[in-house]
Amino acid sequence: MNPGKGPVLTGAHYLDGDHACAEGAIAAGCRFFAGYPITPSTEVAERIAERFPLIGGTFVQMEDELGSIAAVLGAAWAGAKSMTVTSGPGFSLMQENIGLGLMTETPCVVVNVQRGGPSTGLPTLTGQQDMMQARWGSHGDYEIIALSPASPQEAFDLTITCFNLSEKYRVPVMFMMDECVGHMTEKVVVPPADRLDVWPRRWYKGPRDKYLPYAPDPDGVPPMVRAGDDYRFHITGLTHDQRGYPIINAECQNLCVSRLVSKIRNNADAIMLIDEDDTVKSGRTDVTVVAYGISARVATKAIADARARGLKVGMVRLITVWPFPERRIRELAKATRCMVMPEINCGQMYREMQRAVGDRCKTALVPHCGGWVHDPDDILAAIMEGAK
Amino acid sequence: MSPGELIIERGTAGNHPMEDFLRMDRMPHIWCPTCGLGTVLTAFIAGVKESAMAREDIAVVSGIGCTGRAAGYLKFDSFHTTHGRALPYATGLKLGNPKLKVAVISGDGDIVAIGGNHLIHAARRNMDMTIICVNNFNYAMTGGQFAPTTPEGAIMTTAPYGSFEHPLNIPFLVDSCGATYVARWTALHVRQLTIAIKEALLHKGFSFIEVISPCPTVYGRRNRLGTGLDLMKFYKDHSITRNFCNTREVDIKFQQDIIVGKFVERPRPTYLDAMNEHLAKALKDKFVPYAGPMKPE
Repeated sequence: MNPGKGPVLTGAHYLDGDHACAEGAIAAGCRFFAGYPITPSTEVAERIAERFPLIGGTFVQMEDELGSIAAVLGAAWAGAKSMTVTSGPGFSLMQENIGLGLMTETPCVVVNVQRGGPSTGLPTLTGQQDMMQARWGSHGDYEIIALSPASPQEAFDLTITCFNLSEKYRVPVMFMMDECVGHMTEKVVVPPADRLDVWPRRWYKGPRDKYLPYAPDPDGVPPMVRAGDDYRFHITGLTHDQRGYPIINAECQNLCVSRLVSKIRNNADAIMLIDEDDTVKSGRTDVTVVAYGISARVATKAIADARARGLKVGMVRLITVWPFPERRIRELAKATRCMVMPEINCGQMYREMQRAVGDRCKTALVPHCGGWVHDPDDILAAIMEGAK
Repeated sequence: MSPGELIIERGTAGNHPMEDFLRMDRMPHIWCPTCGLGTVLTAFIAGVKESAMAREDIAVVSGIGCTGRAAGYLKFDSFHTTHGRALPYATGLKLGNPKLKVAVISGDGDIVAIGGNHLIHAARRNMDMTIICVNNFNYAMTGGQFAPTTPEGAIMTTAPYGSFEHPLNIPFLVDSCGATYVARWTALHVRQLTIAIKEALLHKGFSFIEVISPCPTVYGRRNRLGTGLDLMKFYKDHSITRNFCNTREVDIKFQQDIIVGKFVERPRPTYLDAMNEHLAKALKDKFVPYAGPMKPE
């Protein structure tokens, strides 16, 4: 660490994913953090607690995760970029207020360094078991954005992306790390501050007396003001009209919820980040592995082994996990015999993939209940079987 | 200021003196006739005017419930949040923009039951905010279930044979957790309440006002306590003002005397003052204080 030389730690560092995520948040302009300690995410909070007083941020350790996410939403409306970090049990506690963030269109980032569950599960060991909770964990109908990093470098880079997307689409963005990436230490290159791509808040620029909290721009996203500027605005978790006033009927519900859904669906292509390797790009494969997070790293060994046995195997790595890259997966399904997905759960994103693929090719899940990463041989076996 | 010195503006037909502070396009409100919440809003607006604070410097946060609707009717930057989470939401607003005075107006169920954990910790931190906790002794919006504030013996829908749980003494709770301003008034004490709200808004630190409020539709009806007017008469006959009395002694028993007054007013560094002072000492010239929120371009 190199304190006192500006917020962005430009240079090459040896960081774990949790610390890289904290640095990414700082680089993105996050200056408010509220959190509650939970393994294996605590190192993010520790790093922020140490760094924020040196760079002009406010860190508060709240009494629980419900308070943490509520404070994050409040700070966002005060005009700060804000973030919280947690793991499975804390993520469960946050779900109701993630819904408030969705309904009130509050930009913020929620980091989940995933461990094994359900319940207290495996506090210190890895999992990818909250992927569906990220999508559907809060009650009601909505669309969400979630990203998944596969390295400490991505923990840094994609934390910035998470903030950018949250500001652009005014939605809480889930950053779905896993314990392995969180605790893996690798080289992380932090670019100079002026080379970072940091997106601003969508400030309202119209006349003061015409401001409506939920009147959307053409892309479906409304611009924002902050508390304290005398707009006298109201926001509520109730179904509301463009004034932010509660209207309790089916017509308003339809307008309100359909925009929350469509602002993400209609912009899905712009949101999507997907990493296709050269084999996939070059055309037809025998097998295409679809993976994310640490499982994508582990799968590279299985892919290399399969290639050594003469198979043409490619890799599609999901960076944006929600919205799911349905259309692209469907296209790629036509160019392979089988899509294989290893994930550290019993089939969460796999079901999404299956749904997108239909009968265009075979699909295979390589499940893992958590606690450790896959044995690459298990993935290899699925590849060999799929290539038949 | 003594209650007798306070002048509260009176309106004329077609001219409500507080119109400018209310979202008139949301009227009529959802509250029952003779509910105490109208009085609380009147006292809040009057207290804000008395405080002479700029309106844009005050943000209002509510949780869920009858009182939770207060934020929606007050023409301030206002936030209707989730059940129990008004205080941590307000904490984020305050820390995100330390220039704001954040007032939480919410009910006893919201603040003391589901939000109880946040209450004790916000008081412990002496977070610089004002809490107006309207206590109607029950969950009224859902039809009158017993709450942690329901006096023993009162009949509620989920205590059809009478509540047997020991209720919380809220002023004692927040006092013991470190609140630096604690008062209790009833909806009858409009002037005292107005002055308390003014003092609480101007107080530096965690200021807490419990307002005992009539709920004729649910609490009053189920317990055969008469009309809203009867409940107000009860407050008149049974309120005893004891400023700075020991908060341990202000617990409320079913249909017995209610001790009201300003119980606590003491100085203690706020969360932000303590944080800034401590970090400046620990880090010396390396400390970079929070520069405030992003500015709209």
